[in-house]
Amino acid sequence: MLEFNQNGIYCPKADVYIDPWKPVERALITHAHADHSRWGHQHYLAHHHSVPIIQHRLGNEINIEGIEYGEVRKIKGVSFSFHPAGHIIGSAQIRVEYKGEIWVVSGDYKLEDDGFSAPFESVPCHTFITECTFGLPVFKWKSPKLVFDEINDWWRKNQAEGKATILTGYSLGKGQRLLQGIDHSIGEVYTHGAIENTNQVIREMGIELKPSIYVDPDDKKKDYAGSLIIAPPSALGTSWQKKFRPFEVGIASGWMAMRGPRRRRAVDRGFVLSDHCDWEELNTAIKECGCERVITTHGYTSIFTQWLQEQGYDATIENTDFEGELGEVGEGSSD
Amino acid sequence: MKDFVHLFTQLDQTTKTLKKVAALKQYFDEAEEKDKVWTIALLSHRRPKRSIRTNQLREWAAEAAGIPLWIFEDTYHVVGDLAETMSLVVSESSITDKSEIRDQKSEISLSSQDSRTRTRPLSSVEGSDSNPSKGLSYWIKYVKSIKELEDDEKKQKILDAWDQLDQTERFVFNKLITGGWRMGVSQKLMTRALAQHAGLDENQLAHRLMGDWDPETISFHKLVVEDHPEDRLSQPYPFYLAYPIEDEVEELGDPSDWLIERKWDGIRGQIIQREDQLYVWSRGEELLTEKFPEFEVFTDLLPKGTVLDGEITAFENDQPLPFNKLQTRIGRKTLSKKILENAPVALIAYDLLEFEGKDLRKSPMAERRSLLEKLIKDIDHPSLQLSESLEFKSWGEYRKVREASRAHHAEGLMLKRKDSEYKVGRKKGDWWKWKVDPLTIDAVMIYAMRGHGRRANLYTDYTFAVWKGDELVPFTKAYSGLTDAEIRKVDAFVKKNTVDRFGPVRSVKPELVFEIAFEGIERSSRHKSGISLRFPRMNRWRHDKSASEANTIDDLHGLLELYG
Repeated sequence: MLEFNQNGIYCPKADVYIDPWKPVERALITHAHADHSRWGHQHYLAHHHSVPIIQHRLGNEINIEGIEYGEVRKIKGVSFSFHPAGHIIGSAQIRVEYKGEIWVVSGDYKLEDDGFSAPFESVPCHTFITECTFGLPVFKWKSPKLVFDEINDWWRKNQAEGKATILTGYSLGKGQRLLQGIDHSIGEVYTHGAIENTNQVIREMGIELKPSIYVDPDDKKKDYAGSLIIAPPSALGTSWQKKFRPFEVGIASGWMAMRGPRRRRAVDRGFVLSDHCDWEELNTAIKECGCERVITTHGYTSIFTQWLQEQGYDATIENTDFEGELGEVGEGSSD
Repeated sequence: MKDFVHLFTQLDQTTKTLKKVAALKQYFDEAEEKDKVWTIALLSHRRPKRSIRTNQLREWAAEAAGIPLWIFEDTYHVVGDLAETMSLVVSESSITDKSEIRDQKSEISLSSQDSRTRTRPLSSVEGSDSNPSKGLSYWIKYVKSIKELEDDEKKQKILDAWDQLDQTERFVFNKLITGGWRMGVSQKLMTRALAQHAGLDENQLAHRLMGDWDPETISFHKLVVEDHPEDRLSQPYPFYLAYPIEDEVEELGDPSDWLIERKWDGIRGQIIQREDQLYVWSRGEELLTEKFPEFEVFTDLLPKGTVLDGEITAFENDQPLPFNKLQTRIGRKTLSKKILENAPVALIAYDLLEFEGKDLRKSPMAERRSLLEKLIKDIDHPSLQLSESLEFKSWGEYRKVREASRAHHAEGLMLKRKDSEYKVGRKKGDWWKWKVDPLTIDAVMIYAMRGHGRRANLYTDYTFAVWKGDELVPFTKAYSGLTDAEIRKVDAFVKKNTVDRFGPVRSVKPELVFEIAFEGIERSSRHKSGISLRFPRMNRWRHDKSASEANTIDDLHGLLELYG
């Protein structure tokens, strides 16, 4: 029902693509991250929370339509519907049904309720298309509450030493999750422009975010000692950072579970916080949707696929241009 | 172990020297005496010997995690660190899940125990790890005690330990068992912190920590605080190390102010004769006396209270032999007559650190040198050679001499200021090494493997080939020389251009060309290509060359003829 071609994940019956990486006529978009919602399509369909964010990234002139979770859209006899994926705001799994056969394209997802994105809902299907960014048994997330305790403790310690605290994560998703999760009673919270712009788009949708102050690059006199600054990973090592001196830097990403990438980034702290599934979550999601067939798209595909085959699934790999969370440690090709 | 793990975490979280020293000092201020001694031991390369085969550990970790061994192995290749992989896979996903894992583990151990009664986990007997009595030394003793046990008892001990410890503690514990222990802090920094803690002079302390002492039996006081030279007969001096020269040699002033010798390619070592006992130490503080029976004669020939610094090399007919001659005997447990005849050794001495029981390190180089010359002349034994001083008028002449180093199996020149003291560790200013330019060859990358440590999860370890007709013949591996940004590009190339996978190794499209630099080239029967390189590394990425323009096996053989 779905096939992988040079443009993306294609449904020939309906003549639409899901998360295509080359420009196409009609694109159904799981979520607003750059590797899933790319430039150049004639028509976009995405969850209505993704719409303003995609417009913010690709321009208001694109032809984009919003859809609710659970709403069914028939295209040439094929039924498409969007269901919460729990990855970031507006993220969706796309369910495709034709003559009783059901496929689900999960995009990026996590099972953990982050209190901000609509929580993941398992969608029964025959074929489940999944990422496996963290599809190795070394990835086991701690409860986010514990991670935020660590972050808050670190911030307090830096504050006591008269330092600013810089914490990085993606502009869309992690940035807001950090903003919502940290303890605002400790001190003032600033955001890098890239994150503040996304915050603005989200607030304009009528969604409430905790307060954040934009870091004005022209304000040279500001004293950031004791404050927390949330920034995208790409801001690290640039001159933007200098005005916060003295400061400590931390990265919040699933990759921080491994000592190698943590040391490679040479930051002061790494916090293990991901918007993707860990090993257990991936296995749980696959089990719960009741599928027989699994297609893996990005991440540790060869290892994870072999593991699924041993668990009795008809599992195969399809190569895509999706990236997972690599940009958060500066190792994705598009970051 | 909490305080030691806390120390480890702090050292691991920072790249700043000051912070590391501060963390170490604080640890020394607060830790128990016994733990301090073990910390000093671990940070000066004196680890406990490996007590378990890593194959067994891998199996037990996979079993405890409920995963097949193959996925454990594949995961290990991604993580790039065995201790870390084991600590993560058996990890609890949250505190509440811990009981589940416990249950799972006890099932496994029950089923594997047959008629034996399961020993109760230590945690239930001795309380949790917050118990301060379970410090570093407790866990080292634990690790050492495992060595003599039967396999199933070993396994039980390991599972019990994993069960009691949290993830970082497990990682540290696993590092203690597997032995591969680098904490991102040099012996020098540890010594500095310890000197601050004990209120001692850093150089003096560095000397005290040298040589042969057993962390099991020595007290902190005896090791660090007391100073009884008579107990330290075997103790070498900290080696003085040179930096590579940064500027043009002309800036060093008049060549006649410098003692200039060849930079020999062997094992840097000290030969000590004190109270008619002989000790041979390597720079890595390994006691090598037994490895070099040729030196036994010096017990009688050298006067009491003599310490020589020099290069141990294979040596025959008045000249040193290539390094790989020496290599044929380094790793051997027993040295047969044949090996000794095939690769006889000598010390090419270049410094005299102690004479007639007196520490000469503060005397000027020239003075130490003339004493050394006289001593060697008096002794007149083929196993003790003098590193010849090269005397020319101009730096230009030295340049030419340096270029011809390979013909003498030397790596270049050493420049030592004639009035220099013998310092402690690597210091700039008075001693410089001036190495010969490396040999180079342009080669095609054909295989890649993921790296370890901070290069984990990136393809950083490559195999290179040269052309033999239409065929690419692998001849060397190289891991270093690229910047982090270049590594990321090559990593992306590998992932996109994989042709085949053999376990952790990927063969890639033969497209990228690198200039491989190396210090020497030798014929080798152990290598498929028939050659072996000394210190191969990537000098630069030849973006300007296509694979077809890489060098050939004939080019390599040409270098072998010239320099082998």
